[in-house]
Amino acid sequence: MASMTMIEAIREAHDVAMAADDRVVVFGEDVGFFGGVFRCTAGLQAKYGKSRCFDTPINESGIVGTAIGMAAYGLKPVIEIQFADYVYPAYDQIVSEAARLRHRSNADFTCPIVIRMPTGGGIFGGQTHSQSPEALFTHVSGLKVVVPSNPRDAKGLLLASIEDPDPVIFLEPKRLYNGPFDGYHDRPVTSWKKHPKGEVPEGNEIAPLGKASITREGSDVTVLAYGTMVYVAEAAAEAAGIDAEVIDLRTLLPLDLDTITASVEKTGRCVIVHEATRTSGFGAELMSLVQESCFYHLEAPMIRVTGWDTPYPHAQEWEYFPGPARVGEALKKVMEG
Amino acid sequence: MSDDFPPLSLNVPEPGCRPGSTPDFSDFEIPRAGAVKRPPTDVEPDSIRDMAFSIVRVLNKDGETVGDWAGALSAEELREGLRHMLTLRTFDARMLNAQRQGKTSFYMQHLGEEAVSCAFSRALRPGDMNFPTYRQAGLLIAGGYPMLTMMNQIYSNADDPLHGRQLPIMYSSKEHGFFSISGNLGTQFVQSVGWAMASAISGDTKIATGWIGDGSTAESDFHSAMVFASTYDAPVVLNIVNNQWAISTFQGIARGEVGTFAARGHGFGIASIRVDGNDYLAVHAVAQWATERARRGHGPTLIEHVTYRAGGHSTSDDPSAYRSKREAAAWPLGDPIERLKKHLITIGEWSDERHKQAEAEILDEVIATQKQAEAIGTLGGGKTPSPRDMFEGVYETMPPHLIRQRQEAGY
Repeated sequence: MASMTMIEAIREAHDVAMAADDRVVVFGEDVGFFGGVFRCTAGLQAKYGKSRCFDTPINESGIVGTAIGMAAYGLKPVIEIQFADYVYPAYDQIVSEAARLRHRSNADFTCPIVIRMPTGGGIFGGQTHSQSPEALFTHVSGLKVVVPSNPRDAKGLLLASIEDPDPVIFLEPKRLYNGPFDGYHDRPVTSWKKHPKGEVPEGNEIAPLGKASITREGSDVTVLAYGTMVYVAEAAAEAAGIDAEVIDLRTLLPLDLDTITASVEKTGRCVIVHEATRTSGFGAELMSLVQESCFYHLEAPMIRVTGWDTPYPHAQEWEYFPGPARVGEALKKVMEG
Repeated sequence: MSDDFPPLSLNVPEPGCRPGSTPDFSDFEIPRAGAVKRPPTDVEPDSIRDMAFSIVRVLNKDGETVGDWAGALSAEELREGLRHMLTLRTFDARMLNAQRQGKTSFYMQHLGEEAVSCAFSRALRPGDMNFPTYRQAGLLIAGGYPMLTMMNQIYSNADDPLHGRQLPIMYSSKEHGFFSISGNLGTQFVQSVGWAMASAISGDTKIATGWIGDGSTAESDFHSAMVFASTYDAPVVLNIVNNQWAISTFQGIARGEVGTFAARGHGFGIASIRVDGNDYLAVHAVAQWATERARRGHGPTLIEHVTYRAGGHSTSDDPSAYRSKREAAAWPLGDPIERLKKHLITIGEWSDERHKQAEAEILDEVIATQKQAEAIGTLGGGKTPSPRDMFEGVYETMPPHLIRQRQEAGY
């Protein structure tokens, strides 16, 4: 075990995978010589050479399109989109090509690629460096969607994603890169060094896709969260003095519905939290699933706490961000219901 | 400086001929056969810029081969090539008719463009990978892919290797170097560059070919492919099949009214060549040149195959609504089958009688295969894929939500 930031854990996952398998290649904008704008691939080019870790033109559809061709050849590309906000030029390649290749060719060709991208706000990135587009990918059949919330999971889930035979969208909450963040933006930042999930096992230990994690056990209400919102939910529960059970979904697709159902059946209440915009967000899917699976166990209407249906603002970041105050209000309200 | 500006107006290019008017290709410059010299395969792209504005042609109007692109194929190979093109044309005619009879939902034919994929196929080696569009089935026909399997795919019957999931003619065969056809336009062009990069990364000797239509060169994926091919000097041959029409839209809408599609390669420093797409020998010679160039590590080539879509875009298209019915007959590069036939007769290696006999044999073969396929099933009739197949293969391992949905659907 070693204490790491999420950036270091992601870098180590790349390193472990590249050392174990020559077919793993890593590329993207600023990814090669410099090691990525967030430094998640630093040192890989020096260690594995320019043909296995390299810089690309600023062309997201080209990055994903060439990765699909490489996967068809038999390589395992792990590619970086510099910010999730920049993925849209590649959307056609992801949705129409990567996601469907196995099905449309009856596995004659497959697409084992990992598309990593920093997601979410909290860094004053404005509308072009803060978005959370996970629902645009969970809506697409053929993709898997992963959102780690800590260094330990980031390494294990990335290794699992690289091993996976199908395309994986790997969303890295950038506000968590250097430390857990509970939404109290006016308090001093904390680092992963003091957090148990900053302890990362060495070697090739994977965290299986499709398994949620209960990060805080409780009996009053189930909070479904992922990424940055896991810490916001935990902090809100503490502040509100509510015995909330916080589930870190970790993988949105495939989703660990069993863990969700067992918890909601126990608590009878459910609050869903995400940073992305509300309408047609992943929270809508979660709410539908809980309603379909646990309706007769519910003692109060479910509540969603999300980003507003606006572009992610710059100066109004903390009014947009679903912080602990808003989550706390929801917890109180669902307990009253 | 005056600030008295006249009002601006929008330029919308128009083709030279619409329904009712007389086709006129007098503006279309056709160099004489043999006029374009064959450069060495390691040539600097800059020194052959003129090749993007000329057209490599081997067969002259008398059916003779001319110039230094000639002589690569034996009479036996040419007869085989003719047979491939005749087979593709016959196959198309039968499948088009089968669609009219309701045996499948959709079909796309190659009429007039048979030489492009049939001749190119001959320049490839086992293990190379094509990233085709929907109008390169000649790669399969000439590559020895079973015609019965093609028909099973078109009919979406129980023996369709794609289990009925994909539109007719969107074949896939890794074994035959034929990447799964998407149906979304242009996406495969940049994927071919990725495949070629992977071959180079792996220290392999295989190459990739990308295919795109004149209309789809306007897609951003064309630009992506060119940038990546240029940056990484990928061992890929990028083919534009300029058949003059993108459904109802003439090629001037994608190209604008300047230059050629091949000339788009110049900005990327990619060797760029135009070839007479209706000249089997010219297509083969240029394909041989470009594949050799890629395989020797001299970099990518952009080839514009100048041809004409003599049929409709698909079975859902009626070209008489937007172009003259006489345009195909007026197309100055002629018909690829007639031209190769004439050449073989000219050199004493073929005759009208042998041609008629070959046509009859091929028709018998296609009909016999069609009967086999129809005995298995056609769209919605006979033995068809299971609805269960729709849920399979979305992922390697079916996730829980799909298992639940499959159960809900009753399969």
